[in-house]
Amino acid sequence: MTPDITSMAALWGAVIFSGLYHGINPGMGWPLAVSAALMERRHAAMPKALAMLAFGHFLAMIAILLPFSLMIFLVDWQIEIRVGAGLLVIAMGIYLVINRKHPKFLARVHPARLALWSFLAAMAHGAGLMLVPIFLGLCAVGADETGHLAAQALMGDNVVTAFAVALAHTLAMTIAGGIIAVVIYVWLGLKFLSRTWFNLDLVWALSLIAVGTFGITSAIAGH
Amino acid sequence: MNLRPDPTFHASPKLAMQAPVENYAFTVMLSPDGSQSDGIAVVDVNPKSDKYGQIVHQVIVPNKGDEFHHFGWNACSSSLSPLTGHAFLERRYLIVPGIRSSRIYVIDVKEPLKAKIHKIIEPEEVFEKTGYSRPHTIHCGPEGIYVSTLGGGGEDGTDGPPGIFIMDCETFEIIGRYEMDRGKQDKHYDFWWNLPQDYMVSSEWGLPPQFENGIVAEDLLSNKYGHSIHFWDLRARKNIQTIDLGENHQMALEIRPAHDPTKSYGFCGVVVDTTNLQGAIFTWWRDDDGKWQAKKTITIDPRPEKAENLPPLLQGFEAVPPLVTDIDLSLDDKYLYVACWGLGEMHQYDVSDPMNPKLAGKVEVGGIARGADHPNGKPFAYGPQMVEISRDGKRVYWTNSLYSTWDDQFYPDSEGGQMVMANVGENGGIELDKDFYIDFPKGLRSHQIRLEGGDCSTDSFCYPSV
Repeated sequence: MTPDITSMAALWGAVIFSGLYHGINPGMGWPLAVSAALMERRHAAMPKALAMLAFGHFLAMIAILLPFSLMIFLVDWQIEIRVGAGLLVIAMGIYLVINRKHPKFLARVHPARLALWSFLAAMAHGAGLMLVPIFLGLCAVGADETGHLAAQALMGDNVVTAFAVALAHTLAMTIAGGIIAVVIYVWLGLKFLSRTWFNLDLVWALSLIAVGTFGITSAIAGH
Repeated sequence: MNLRPDPTFHASPKLAMQAPVENYAFTVMLSPDGSQSDGIAVVDVNPKSDKYGQIVHQVIVPNKGDEFHHFGWNACSSSLSPLTGHAFLERRYLIVPGIRSSRIYVIDVKEPLKAKIHKIIEPEEVFEKTGYSRPHTIHCGPEGIYVSTLGGGGEDGTDGPPGIFIMDCETFEIIGRYEMDRGKQDKHYDFWWNLPQDYMVSSEWGLPPQFENGIVAEDLLSNKYGHSIHFWDLRARKNIQTIDLGENHQMALEIRPAHDPTKSYGFCGVVVDTTNLQGAIFTWWRDDDGKWQAKKTITIDPRPEKAENLPPLLQGFEAVPPLVTDIDLSLDDKYLYVACWGLGEMHQYDVSDPMNPKLAGKVEVGGIARGADHPNGKPFAYGPQMVEISRDGKRVYWTNSLYSTWDDQFYPDSEGGQMVMANVGENGGIELDKDFYIDFPKGLRSHQIRLEGGDCSTDSFCYPSV
């Protein structure tokens, strides 16, 4: 069982890591938390803004992971599903590499609707998709451990896993983004905003391709 | 696409003031009778340069009769807003519309001394995709570049009301009309906004037949030019409130919101009050109930003058109206500059209290029946008109032409294009700089000015000054 525990830990590590990664990406909204606190001239606006951003992001993760958790009870098709999911993630990555234009519809969201903005931004950037191969990996390891449970129980397990993954990921994201936002708001000042803001679009797209490739190889190698 | 935000993206007005100062200015050159091509003059404004105060490059367009007027940047500091998400655009292109031809030029000024035309959008494309004509004011905003127009469809631009259309900020393709619900708005001139608070304000000049061949005195005296300002839900694209400033307040032109996005007020200049020939500034603000209000906070009196010294248009009044034709607000929201094109005066008001502006400085140059020379002894045709303030608030530049046919009516014996600069005192006050005086090439007049790295009438900010 040792390899399974190791890969389980590695996969959860990946969930946390992806959360930190999403968190530091300005595209996932930490500059908005700074803006909210400055506009309202109240420190309390910052945690509120971060919470709204987190809520939107969490919903976007769940919206993507849940359908896969319901699908995975088709144990016989598990590899196909994982390969298909991997291909989907790669396709999103390639699309983002080719289409480098920013999704302009995001600009139409009212600046105060942070949860909605966060949800749409995560969707448009394929943030949820980035988690799918990791999540499916977790489900596969889990299924091996629990042996041959009834499909329904397995599905229940996977739904719980989906929520756990989305929660852990969002928590990591909020901590990472929150730290940057607070440091800029309290200590460094706005000038640092334009210095810390990197264009991660291409790196982000390549990350999707990498994660998708990992999903496919682990699905094939694992079984 | 850059990996880092453009260095001229300033998160807040305060940071924009602290950023490196402008080295170049871009100024419209226009041929009043269409006998030459219009262009953009690149002016050296770096006092340490050998060519300080000279036109160091010209971009001359291939067509004639465009009549350049206002223009703007493809991107400004609002692109830094995480919501608009264009942080990696460059402030690199000037969008220059011809208000007579409806043609739009996109000029690449990345290297100011090698500035060149990047793209030309033909009038037919503007007509076909928007149903508007005579494009005018440019601002970069949510989803792209916003362009206000002065005319609707048809030959004389009166087929339907004028409005705003949006262009893609990367490809410069025209996307289409902005308005979902224009309410009472049936004329157009200027517009600006507060992006985080999600409102826009627009103003009214007149319809094309009321200005293209000169001011129509009967229309003015019967109060038929624009006198309302419109408040919009910016992202919902809806007119939420129209304030009529009173029909005697003819031509509500420039809209200047406070730059600090936490503030909910701004100013609007009115060219002439037909009851007494005064020029006026209105302060508009949002009250505690969320309703917009407007109040006249500055009036400028006309100057009595003998009829024989006046152009035919004004002889019956025996007075020189101030003609408030442009206003501009410094980035710290402290000083409002008011161009009195008729009097030949530039006023500086301290608007720290926006409801109680105080005159802080004044310069006389040009003017109807006065024609005051520049302190360097050279002539200044017409009067102070398009005004632009450096980001740090220390220098104020202006030019002298209002609009080709109107120049000729109010100043029938004048000709020439000039650009001058005044230095701002430590505690207010303005004084013309003797060493900065640009005489434009013969036959060309000058109008709007843009400054390298952004200026006080183009930059919108999404973060407050703290």
